[in-house]
Amino acid sequence: MARDRNPADLVGADPGPPFEITFDGSAVTALPGQSVAAALWGAGILAWRTTRNGGRPRGAFCGIGQCYDCLATVNGEPNRRACLVPARPGDTVTTQEGHGHAGLAV
Amino acid sequence: MPGSPSEPHEPSEPYEPSEPYESAAPYEPSEPYDLAVIGAGPAGLAGAVTACELGLSVAVLDAAPQTGGQYFRHPAPGLGAARPQALHHDWSEFTALRGRFEASGVTHLPHHHVWTVRPPDGDGIWTVHALTGPDAHGGTPARVRARTILLATGAYERQLPFPGWTLPGVIGAGGAQAMLKSGLVLPGRRIVVAGSGPLLLAVASSLAAAGARVPAVVEASGYLGYARRPYALAAGPHKLLEAAVHGSALLRHRTPLRTRSAVTEAHGTDRVEAVTVSRLDRAWRPVPGTGRRIACDALAVGHGLVPQTELATGLGCATRRTPDGTHALALDALQESSVPGLWAAGETGGTGGWDLARTEGELAGIAVAARLRGLPALTRSRRARALARRRDRLRAFADVMAAAHAPGPGWTAWLPDDTDVCRCEEVTAGSIRGAAGALGARDARTVKLLTRAGMGWCQGRMCGAAVACLAAEGGRGGGRGDGAGGGAEGGTAQGTVPPSAERRPLAVPVPLGALADLPEESGRPGPPTDGPTADG
Repeated sequence: MARDRNPADLVGADPGPPFEITFDGSAVTALPGQSVAAALWGAGILAWRTTRNGGRPRGAFCGIGQCYDCLATVNGEPNRRACLVPARPGDTVTTQEGHGHAGLAV
Repeated sequence: MPGSPSEPHEPSEPYEPSEPYESAAPYEPSEPYDLAVIGAGPAGLAGAVTACELGLSVAVLDAAPQTGGQYFRHPAPGLGAARPQALHHDWSEFTALRGRFEASGVTHLPHHHVWTVRPPDGDGIWTVHALTGPDAHGGTPARVRARTILLATGAYERQLPFPGWTLPGVIGAGGAQAMLKSGLVLPGRRIVVAGSGPLLLAVASSLAAAGARVPAVVEASGYLGYARRPYALAAGPHKLLEAAVHGSALLRHRTPLRTRSAVTEAHGTDRVEAVTVSRLDRAWRPVPGTGRRIACDALAVGHGLVPQTELATGLGCATRRTPDGTHALALDALQESSVPGLWAAGETGGTGGWDLARTEGELAGIAVAARLRGLPALTRSRRARALARRRDRLRAFADVMAAAHAPGPGWTAWLPDDTDVCRCEEVTAGSIRGAAGALGARDARTVKLLTRAGMGWCQGRMCGAAVACLAAEGGRGGGRGDGAGGGAEGGTAQGTVPPSAERRPLAVPVPLGALADLPEESGRPGPPTDGPTADG
């Protein structure tokens, strides 16, 4: 069984034109319809948050918006669930550090 | 507020949407809907279509942009997938259901994250409150009013922690499948699949078909549990066929299935590099000296599914214990909960797969129409009786599967004191054992108050099952692999995981500003649950 198979070939994907987002300043290629988390996984990036006590790296865990482990700072806004937020051309994604409470101010 | 149902609230200043997204459908009709369905998976779609075809006005609210729920999650149109069925069983049956749904005139409200449902306030009208947007962040609050409610909120994955489970690259088994189905991505190239339940076989065969190498599928149960209930097995031929398909796919990809085994540790510093797989005894206690290391760059893990019931439990709906130790809604023969006017279908009433979900959804749709249109004969029709029989048959099979994969009480023996159990608040097993021992906590809620376990963003969805087990053990068990205190007497009866507290007044995090924006209803300030039927 060939090992060069990939998910896009499996479903016969013919995506729209790829575009770029950045993660901590580096360019990442995303496909239209992918979430921020999917785009990062596609680039081999699995962690985009550090915990507020241990400073440990985290990324997508439940993949369906339930665990909130994949919180990222997207275009300056913290606490975005990367597994739900669609990637858009030019998005700036940065590692979310600490409590991310900036977005909770009322 | 007569005459103005389901209007969007005026967004307050700090909660302007930060980016444009497809805004919610117009809130029509101006009269309340006959039925509001929460969840656009197979159960919700079937219920909505059925009710609509029987003459009801129906709205479906769902967090996702597309219908299908988790099971039929599929790539966004932009990915141009010509063969989405390559990642799905029964895809053509889903597209047929979706076609009926789209032609039916049901109002579809995607990107609606429902955070509470309020019971009728003397006027017979329920109110469903939602936050809008892809991740409910900065979206406009919305509310939808309806005469009846169908909850089809599905399930999420149960996790039993082990050392290293917070490492990047360790992901939910269902999560790996969800990311693959929707985003066409894999977390790694060499992925161990572990945990318990029939989902693991499906995940492993999807990952392998998509090009990952799956060095092992690690299942904590045996499959002997099925053999003890031949009658129910014979009733579930479709499921068996599905298992056979997955089994042959695994054979083709040369993936070994290790039963009565578990991943007892994930290794790595900034991401997973290997896992230790250990044999388990019948109580799921690791057998000393059996650990074997398997190199991998990702681990997909999960221990069955937990029905998503908090919208209903907040309303005081009765629940039942499932054979694998979760709590599901207690429903009558026509899918109605203990709170009149609120029906449920699919995993909300107990995990059972998509075929059961659509069957229950259709039956609920008929029952709602019968109630609202004053036509009780609808529920005695040949169609309704056939659906009920099918539901009973599939439910019986689901119960056999749940029992076969129920976690054993000994699993906490693989959980050392220094492992984080609550991922959000970084609370260790040792802290929880301390609260359960010296401080006397015996349930997840008390542990939460003492340790913050379950108090974070996910509100205990990820750690709830584990916290409940540790609390029930009363702090015994050092979790050093010696099994001390982790024996059958330390768990609960029948060797199953005790339920976690599924009480979440707000089903999703809600900005205080959104609460403050709620219009007063009949003189009452906004939520949470102070409704007459709430018992807590």
